[in-house]
Amino acid sequence: MSSDAIAIGVAGAGGRSWVEELHDWVTTVDHKRLGILYILYALLFLVIGGLEAMVIRIQLMRAHNDFVSPQVFNRMFTMHGTTMIFFVIMPVMFGFANYLVPLMIGARDMAFPRLNAFSFWLTAFGGFLLYFSFLGGSGLYGAGNAPDVGWWAYAPLTSRAFSPGHSTDYWTISVLVSGFGSIGTATNIIATVLSMRCPGMTLGRMPLMGWMTLVMSGLVLITISPLTAAQVMLIVDRYLGGHFFDTQAGGSAALWMHFFWIFGHPEVYILVIPAFAFASEIIPVFSRKPIFGYPVMVAATVGIGFISMSVWAHHMFTIGMTSTANTFFVLTTMAISVPTGIKIFNWLGTMWGGKLHFKTPMLFCVAFLFQFLVAGLTGIMLGAAPFNWQLNGSYFVIAHFHYVIVGAIFFCILGAVYYWYPKMTGRMLNETLGKLHFWLFVIGFHMTFDLMHIPGLLGMPRRIYTYEPGRGWESWNMLVTIGTFIQAFATLIFLVNLVVSYFKGPKAGNDPWDAWTLEWSVSSPPPAYNFAVLPEVESRRPLWDRKHPEDPDSRYD
Amino acid sequence: MNLRETEGEGVAGRIAGILLLFLSLLFAAGLCAARPQGDNPIPNIFEPHSTPADSILHLSIFVLTITGLIFLVVFTLLVYAIVKFRARAGDSPHEPPQVYGSTQIELAWTVIPTLIVVVLFLATTRVLHAIQDAPKPASAVEVIAIGHQFWWEFRYPELGIVTANELHIPVSDPANPTPTYLKLLSADTDHSFWVPQLAGKTDLIPNRVNRMWVDPHRTGVFLGQCAQYCGTQHAKMLLKVSVDSAEDFKSWVNAQQHPAMQDDSVSAGRKVFETTACINCHAVGGTPATGRFGPDLTHMMSRNTIAAGAAENTREKLRLWIQNPEAIKPGSLMPAMKLSDTDLDALVSYLETLR
Amino acid sequence: MSEATLSMAQAAGAWKLPYRGKVGMACLIIAESAIFTIFVVAYLYYAGRSLSGPTPREVLETPIFFTICLLSSSLTIHFAEKFLERGSRGGFLGFWLLTFILGGLFLFGTGHEWHRLIYEHGLTISTNLFGTTYYSLVGLHAFHVTVGLIMLGIVFLLGLAGRVGAEQSARVEVLSMYWHFVDAVWVVVFTVVYILGR
Repeated sequence: MSSDAIAIGVAGAGGRSWVEELHDWVTTVDHKRLGILYILYALLFLVIGGLEAMVIRIQLMRAHNDFVSPQVFNRMFTMHGTTMIFFVIMPVMFGFANYLVPLMIGARDMAFPRLNAFSFWLTAFGGFLLYFSFLGGSGLYGAGNAPDVGWWAYAPLTSRAFSPGHSTDYWTISVLVSGFGSIGTATNIIATVLSMRCPGMTLGRMPLMGWMTLVMSGLVLITISPLTAAQVMLIVDRYLGGHFFDTQAGGSAALWMHFFWIFGHPEVYILVIPAFAFASEIIPVFSRKPIFGYPVMVAATVGIGFISMSVWAHHMFTIGMTSTANTFFVLTTMAISVPTGIKIFNWLGTMWGGKLHFKTPMLFCVAFLFQFLVAGLTGIMLGAAPFNWQLNGSYFVIAHFHYVIVGAIFFCILGAVYYWYPKMTGRMLNETLGKLHFWLFVIGFHMTFDLMHIPGLLGMPRRIYTYEPGRGWESWNMLVTIGTFIQAFATLIFLVNLVVSYFKGPKAGNDPWDAWTLEWSVSSPPPAYNFAVLPEVESRRPLWDRKHPEDPDSRYD
Repeated sequence: MNLRETEGEGVAGRIAGILLLFLSLLFAAGLCAARPQGDNPIPNIFEPHSTPADSILHLSIFVLTITGLIFLVVFTLLVYAIVKFRARAGDSPHEPPQVYGSTQIELAWTVIPTLIVVVLFLATTRVLHAIQDAPKPASAVEVIAIGHQFWWEFRYPELGIVTANELHIPVSDPANPTPTYLKLLSADTDHSFWVPQLAGKTDLIPNRVNRMWVDPHRTGVFLGQCAQYCGTQHAKMLLKVSVDSAEDFKSWVNAQQHPAMQDDSVSAGRKVFETTACINCHAVGGTPATGRFGPDLTHMMSRNTIAAGAAENTREKLRLWIQNPEAIKPGSLMPAMKLSDTDLDALVSYLETLR
Repeated sequence: MSEATLSMAQAAGAWKLPYRGKVGMACLIIAESAIFTIFVVAYLYYAGRSLSGPTPREVLETPIFFTICLLSSSLTIHFAEKFLERGSRGGFLGFWLLTFILGGLFLFGTGHEWHRLIYEHGLTISTNLFGTTYYSLVGLHAFHVTVGLIMLGIVFLLGLAGRVGAEQSARVEVLSMYWHFVDAVWVVVFTVVYILGR
């Protein structure tokens, strides 16, 4: 591995062949390279998952459409969900955490570099295994092929009786294996944050990114494991004749639901908390103020982590739990809105009285604020159990969670890419293309996901390959589909920007955004060893102190 | 290096605002536009005709009002911040005051949301208990709904009726209520009974007994469908609920209670039915056919559709369904019966007598 | 931001952070605990709900001896650690081997019990809910004991080759954390299966 800049695989530099370059990347244990590998991996699956979404939307464009068969459609929504959650959002979050956390805390690498590489390759293998199912999943009556049981794989639909062949097993094993990768990376992040901070960086002086990836990793440890356990039980049922979810033998279908959602709900917090971290780094810099209420932000994040473990059955309000149980989950679900709202207010407080510069990263984070607000409010609606009895299993829910995952999480990810791309590559992304990407994507996003709430309110369930005309759903579905094409086009612009700017973008220098955390104190891209001399910090914003010696943060710390 | 301001950045906030306003208007228009249209009503959750759906509507309006107000307040503050505090070309080069936080403000925006949560929680709990724990009156009609891949079985145990897919229930006069209580079971995977205008949905889960109730206030036809993914043809597990007046319900019950019509002119078709695999899955009252895997066909001609709503109940469609179910509902569990044309025609003629 | 070097601040002993090996193992233990919790929940939920087949009361025999073996192995591994810290190679190896043997005995006991259950009582993982949950839970634990034994074995061989000294005591401590965890899980499994589940 070269001792200077970590540039992405440009062969011929210094007389190295592309084989050597590739070998370096495949065998790397450097957190920066692994971070980039995670992000590139996620980008690939983003495109694949996006294509699956477009197949779904084209099929649903009009009633009784026959763009794809019901069997293909059911595989599409299963693969779309599984791909986006496990092989896009989680890898991209781990990628950014990997890249940024050691730099931000003044360390040279993660705590366990080889575990880091191993975890990445486990996750990567999981994704390829899932997609191999299209080729290799043949089973009884050709009932193999890609999994078609939904990304929650409810029992007993997943039993041998109702899912012959191997398609379900591809879902189970690929997610299981990548789950081990996730647990590995989470362990690494926790050990890094707790054991590798540079001198002077107490936990209270760590960038919020550090805290949030810490909480997110803690959640990974205790929530991926229930899914792992449930999947092992499913394998026992399918291959060893077990009866964990075998309703004919007295087993419980609801037990799978409980186990799955004990994973599934905290999982969405695992996805969103790093997004919060990005916003908490970007908004202050482009408001020219420190984050408002740092201790409260930490407390709120930890609080969200804890409460998120207690809300899971709000995904199960319709399964016939007792009114007491339902009431409990209404309470916890509504309670979690308090710390979440606090965070929105704190970001608002950060912007208040500041000097707002609307560069592309900030545009995405501001849109995030509006959209996360809406997503949170529709979440409260869904938390009101009787209202949920109408809205659950309908397109209202799909609109809600895409509002969170695309409108909040993905927007923050895009902001993070625009913000840290200069650090990772040494080049600035094109600002004009960035703004074009942003506005087109906003229009497409709102066209699709605002309007998608309506068919749900008009009784359209989810996971249906077609629907009846005359129920008032067609025009809305058509508009929703058009929005996805706009989003696809915007994403194309983004991808072009990523590639062209790598070769032609203006040089970024160490600190293009005039920011305050340690990663901006080293070159872009950073040297392999990160810091020639490990830094010693005296406040939360070490670079602010250096740039403003007359008014350092350390005076108030 | 300092961030340089370019013109028009503040426009961002304004455009966002206008966009959102436009979309909310569109949203509202969409809801208002959804009106029942004669024979094909839109299953709009905001057009309830039964107490559970009604209570849910009232709760939802309350929740929407509160969340709407929260949205307006925070939205306004955000737009204000974006417009007021954007960096302008003529600004001083100094950084703005570096405020770290404020305990009072944090307290305020912790306490107020908590109070709102308490209010929402109490309102929700009240409706929850009212619907879920409503005691069953003696005058209730009891229906057992059994979910199958991909059709609905309905039994009326007290009336001795077994039927499929199209549910008939009596209208319920608030002065003298005759609600329908449903016991929900499943023969295979998870399903969900959702007729939005009558009630919220409740799932049908194997090895589990769930209950729900409806008390429709007016006669008419209300549409719904399965709302829990149950396999390939989940999309075509449609529901049609006919709410009948007391007399109409009585005559429907009467007709259903009779065993199958006997018509000698179709004895050839009946022979085909009773000597091929049909009777393994289907039942016809008063004949040797007692299969329960598929829908009960005793009064199948009293239904407007076949295959749980996937096709109209006409001779051609019925013929096609028996000949090649994949053409109508690919992935359904009805096998292609591979009959000769003569047998098939005779069979369909027989089935057409099962009124 | 001062440009003080790492060694100065740390040499002064002013900046002490937890040992990352221990943090990493603690994370693994937390994740594994969550997995075991789910299997325990399934066991308890299905207790008494089998539709047919042998019940726990009919077929289970409380494995007191083998439990004592496993739990005392926690003690012996603790002594082994202490000997290693003091640099006493013989004591370390002796107690380490004893730990391995006690763990191996436990595993033998599990295998023996399973043999009896399968061949004398016809209880397999597919017999009924009890069979499924019992073999899964006890089997998951036995799997973790096996992995632990393999690790212990590797360390023992390395120790015989003279490669394990007092400098490695931190790493050995990390492994013994795992072993203590395996024992603690057995306390829970034992209580759930042989006491509560009856």
